Order: sequence, then structure tokens, then C-alpha cells
Amino acid sequence: MEVEKYLAAPKDIDIAEAKRIEQLIAASQRPIPDPDSWIDQEIQRNVLVTSVDYIVDWARSRSLFPLMFGLACCAFEMIGMATSRFDISRYGMDIFRWSPRQADVMIVAGTLTWKMAPAVRKVYDQMAEPKWVIAMGQCTISGGPFRESYSVVPGINRIIPVDVYVPGCPPRPEALIYGITRLHQKIVKESIQKP
Amino acid sequence: MTIALNGEQVAKKINEAYPAAAAAADKVGVIVNSDSLFQVAEFLKKTPEFDFNYLGDMTAVDFTDYFEIVYRLVSLEHNHSLVLKTRCYDRDNPAVPSVVKIWRAADYMEREAYDLMGIIFMGHPNLKRLLLWEGFKGYPLRRDYI
Repeated sequence: MEVEKYLAAPKDIDIAEAKRIEQLIAASQRPIPDPDSWIDQEIQRNVLVTSVDYIVDWARSRSLFPLMFGLACCAFEMIGMATSRFDISRYGMDIFRWSPRQADVMIVAGTLTWKMAPAVRKVYDQMAEPKWVIAMGQCTISGGPFRESYSVVPGINRIIPVDVYVPGCPPRPEALIYGITRLHQKIVKESIQKP
Repeated sequence: MTIALNGEQVAKKINEAYPAAAAAADKVGVIVNSDSLFQVAEFLKKTPEFDFNYLGDMTAVDFTDYFEIVYRLVSLEHNHSLVLKTRCYDRDNPAVPSVVKIWRAADYMEREAYDLMGIIFMGHPNLKRLLLWEGFKGYPLRRDYI
């Protein structure tokens, strides 16, 4: 039976989207290593930069602005973390920014599919330096229960470098707050001086 | 609560209007031949006794030997419902008539069934992938997809 005549011809926008996704899949077969250059920076510091670093890192870590961005069910725990019960305003994270240009930390909350991956990569690229990424939940860490699936990215560290991993399905808001305090500890070890 | 119609009685009415259209029937649903699916669907919508003006859900099931396409019809006037099924034995090119002209809600449902199960709906106005991207190899919800 001749069935091809019933199929609609794909539009240019569909083909362009498919091309973007295929390119991203081809380019992200291996995980991106976690940024850990700050570990041995204690040795490289000199006295002058240390005091500047202290001020800059103190300011940066106490006023992190997260990006308003949720992919799946983990996002509700992230929203719960922002409400008055858990209250991340205590950590200077008052407002979830809608624009990636104004955000410092990207909390990737939820399953990331290959179709969504180019958009996430674009949002990450739009964020201004310095920027940090928290991978929240099993799906973002490793793909979770959907790791072998046809449509899910097996770990967002294929797409973007991750600073802090918060496991759980979903993690409780307390766990995410703990991850944020770990991110603070990481930020205060960073230096404005490039190694 | 919506009352589920007895499939056997509905099949009797369908066969009166279109002989040998309903292949089988039990209490929960009617299985019609895929050739006469469009006429039966139109009959179920236009007949005042049934008046199925709302397509609640449409999905496809892979039974390895054949595909079964399941329609859940609801009448908001009479507050009753019916499960309408049709079968498709051709595995390489499964094709059934589209019901978009009868229920507009079938548009995205049929595109989803085409996307994930590879069933071709003849007469659909815009049959292309809905959830996956263009050029994706295979149909992931089939039993033999790896």
C-alpha cells in the first residue's frame, strides 16, 4: 500500500530543529569534566589577590541569583525551597531571575530530553560569567530511571559543566539548601586571578 | 458519573446501519473493521441516540501480531461513553483512516500515535512527528524497538 502520500512534508523549521538536536547529540557523547580547578588554587595565591578574593568571593557567594528555570517535577521542590517555609532569602537568593543575563546559578531541576537540550545549552551560554550549575535530582545527574531511554540526556554533564550534584528523586528542599551551602564553600575558594 | 454503554448493543446498531462493520464486541467495547472506521465514527457522532460529540482519548496498543487503536468516545449530551477499537494487521505500513474531520481533538492524538507507534492515519491534514524531532529513526513505543 502506498502510504507516503499521507505524510506531511517537514517544514524548514522542523529540519533546522532536527539538525540542532542531531549536532548536539553528536557533540555530547562524553561527559564534560566537572570544573575543579579551584582545588589547587590555594597554592597559587599571593597575598595581594587573597584579600581582594576574600571580598569578591564573599560578595558573590552571599548574593547568588538563581535562574527561573524548571524542567520537570524536581522544579516543585525548587519552588518549595523558595517559599517562606524553607526560605532561601536567608542565603541572599531572594529573587529567581527570569533573564539568564542576570542570573548566577542555574538549578537544573528535572529530566532533560534531547529535544530540550539545545535550549538549555543556549540559556547556559547566555548567562554571564561567573556562573555555576547545580544538577538537581537523579535524572539530571545520570538520566536516572530513563538513562537507557531514547529521548533523555544521560546526565546533564554531557551538555553543560556541573558544579554541585544534589541526588534524590526528588531531593527535599533541605537537600537542595545543603547543596547551595556546598556551592558557597566552593565559591569562596575561587580566585579572580586566572590560573 | 458517565455511563458506559454496552458494546454488544451498540455493535448491533452499527451492524444494522453498516452490515459487517463491527467485527467483534463485548461489554466494554466495540471492535470495528478499519475499512469502515470512518463511516462508523460518523454514524456514532451524527445519530441522535448516541451523539458522541467528544473524543476523550485516542491511543494505540502494540500486540506484536497487530496494532489496536482505541478511541474513548463521550457524549456530553447523554452523559454516556463508549470504547471504540480498530485493528491493523500490517506491521510495516499500518494505516487506518483519520477521524480528524469528525473530531478535531484527534489531530494531536493521531500525530502522537504516528510519532511513537508509527501508525499512519490516512487523510490527516498534517501528519508529522509531534514529540520527537524530524528524522528520528524508528518508533520508540513499539515492542520491537530497541
